[in-house]
Amino acid sequence: MKLGRPAAAAVLGSMLMISLAANLTPGASYSHQFREFPNTRPSARFPLGTDDLGRDRFMRLVDATGASLLLAGSAALAATLLAALAGGFAGYFGGWFDRLLAPTLDLMLSLPWMFLLLAARALLPLNISPLASLILTYALLALLGWAAPARVVRAGARQLRESDFALQARACGVSGSRLLRRHIVPNLKPVLLAQFLTSIPIFILAEANLGMLGLSAGEPYPTWGNLLRELQNPSVLRPEIFATLGVVALSICCFQLVLPMEDSRV
Amino acid sequence: MKNRLPRLIGQLGALTATMLAGMILTGALVRVSPGFDTDERELDPRFDESSRNSIRAERAANRDLLPFYARYFRAALRGDLGMSESFQRPIGELIRDRAPVTAGIMAAGIAGGWALAFALALPAVLCRQRLFGGSIGMLARVVMCVPSAALAILVFNFGGPVRGIVALVLFPRVFDYLRNLLQAAYSQPHILTARAKGLGTARILFRHVLPAAAPQLLALAGVSATMAFGTAIPVETLCDLPGIGQLAWKAAVARDLPVLVVLTAIVTLLTQLCNSVFDWVAAGQGVNRA
Repeated sequence: MKLGRPAAAAVLGSMLMISLAANLTPGASYSHQFREFPNTRPSARFPLGTDDLGRDRFMRLVDATGASLLLAGSAALAATLLAALAGGFAGYFGGWFDRLLAPTLDLMLSLPWMFLLLAARALLPLNISPLASLILTYALLALLGWAAPARVVRAGARQLRESDFALQARACGVSGSRLLRRHIVPNLKPVLLAQFLTSIPIFILAEANLGMLGLSAGEPYPTWGNLLRELQNPSVLRPEIFATLGVVALSICCFQLVLPMEDSRV
Repeated sequence: MKNRLPRLIGQLGALTATMLAGMILTGALVRVSPGFDTDERELDPRFDESSRNSIRAERAANRDLLPFYARYFRAALRGDLGMSESFQRPIGELIRDRAPVTAGIMAAGIAGGWALAFALALPAVLCRQRLFGGSIGMLARVVMCVPSAALAILVFNFGGPVRGIVALVLFPRVFDYLRNLLQAAYSQPHILTARAKGLGTARILFRHVLPAAAPQLLALAGVSATMAFGTAIPVETLCDLPGIGQLAWKAAVARDLPVLVVLTAIVTLLTQLCNSVFDWVAAGQGVNRA
């Protein structure tokens, strides 16, 4: 188990490096259609075969991996920052902002995540580029996914505000801003890191679900969700079609291993 | 009872306020979203300019939010939930037709997920073999790593029971919490003493462990309803089951504002009601135990 975390981090790092390296390789493209090779089985030239339009499935998977990992990470970072700002401010300062934030968080958490995402994602414009739709999807995940981390950060900030060391610091005449900067924020860092790492797999799974419902990036841009749509066609259910599902499951597993066990407990 | 009445009134007030806020926010979100003014039908070449103009006029009726809400609340007070723009049917009728399907899927999912989680969590906690507990934990984690939509389509394609998909998605999430709760309960000194004195497993479970973990279990049951509905959306959409989840997807894709507002109100009301009921039962349990 001790080796689990570094091994998981190494797997995730390798996945990201391979996808970045593939993007720099000349001639490799996720959208190029080999018209003479539609729906081929795996071969030396096409390790995962081609789809019904003749596109190299391996290249598409590699590109989707890079996009999903980078964008899910960016969305998780944005959501954590939003949570840190809103939750930290409400928890530390309390007052009207805290009273306003509490029911807002209740409302956002009471609505099923998938329902909210579906409603919001479907309302984006129809005539935008595939890349813009992909970025908008993850931006939406960040905008709707900050509530759960904010609740944890709010509780953490409140606990720290009422802690003995904060009381002693105030009694010693330490100013509010210094207390926040030097004591509260550094003590909130582990909570924020845990929330960041927890958010990434949640966002990856959300994008995969949205993609399967046809609400992620538009064609020809590949994402894990878009590639998983091939599973909907029972006539082409061959082992290579499951490669995307395997990569998604592997990456989520790795994120779960990277997250310290005590952070995922009740 | 005297103390409970103001609390009940307060909770009902909070419930109503949250539901109204949910409706207003969804309406506002739909209205300000950049795609609101685009109707899929406008891109359909079969419609001529006059048809497109009438589609735009239809949409313009919902453009101003305040008149929309005023009309909507007046009609809702009379029991009229409005008309669906995309289905051209009364929303109340659509929901009445589809609610039993979703209720069935959710009930089967929650019951199945909890039964499976409980059946695996208990031996994982009681069994002293770390390998056994670890294997079950790993199985739950692997299932959790698969997107629910992918799980749904795989079960559907291989002819499995589609109503069991929600249970399969719910089980690992419930299992994780349940195992931790049971572990915490079983490590309490009085339970260790009871086990050392040779009290039966069932007696320890039903008389000591479950009552101790009941408040958290009830809170988890409330959350399960929200998770089950969230899972029902891709399951119904991909497996072509005519439920509320599929209606939500179709309404979202067709930008059907009245349906989305009503569904948000219903979903908010139901999830808040579930949580409040379980909170109440848990609070009552705490009072009784005290």
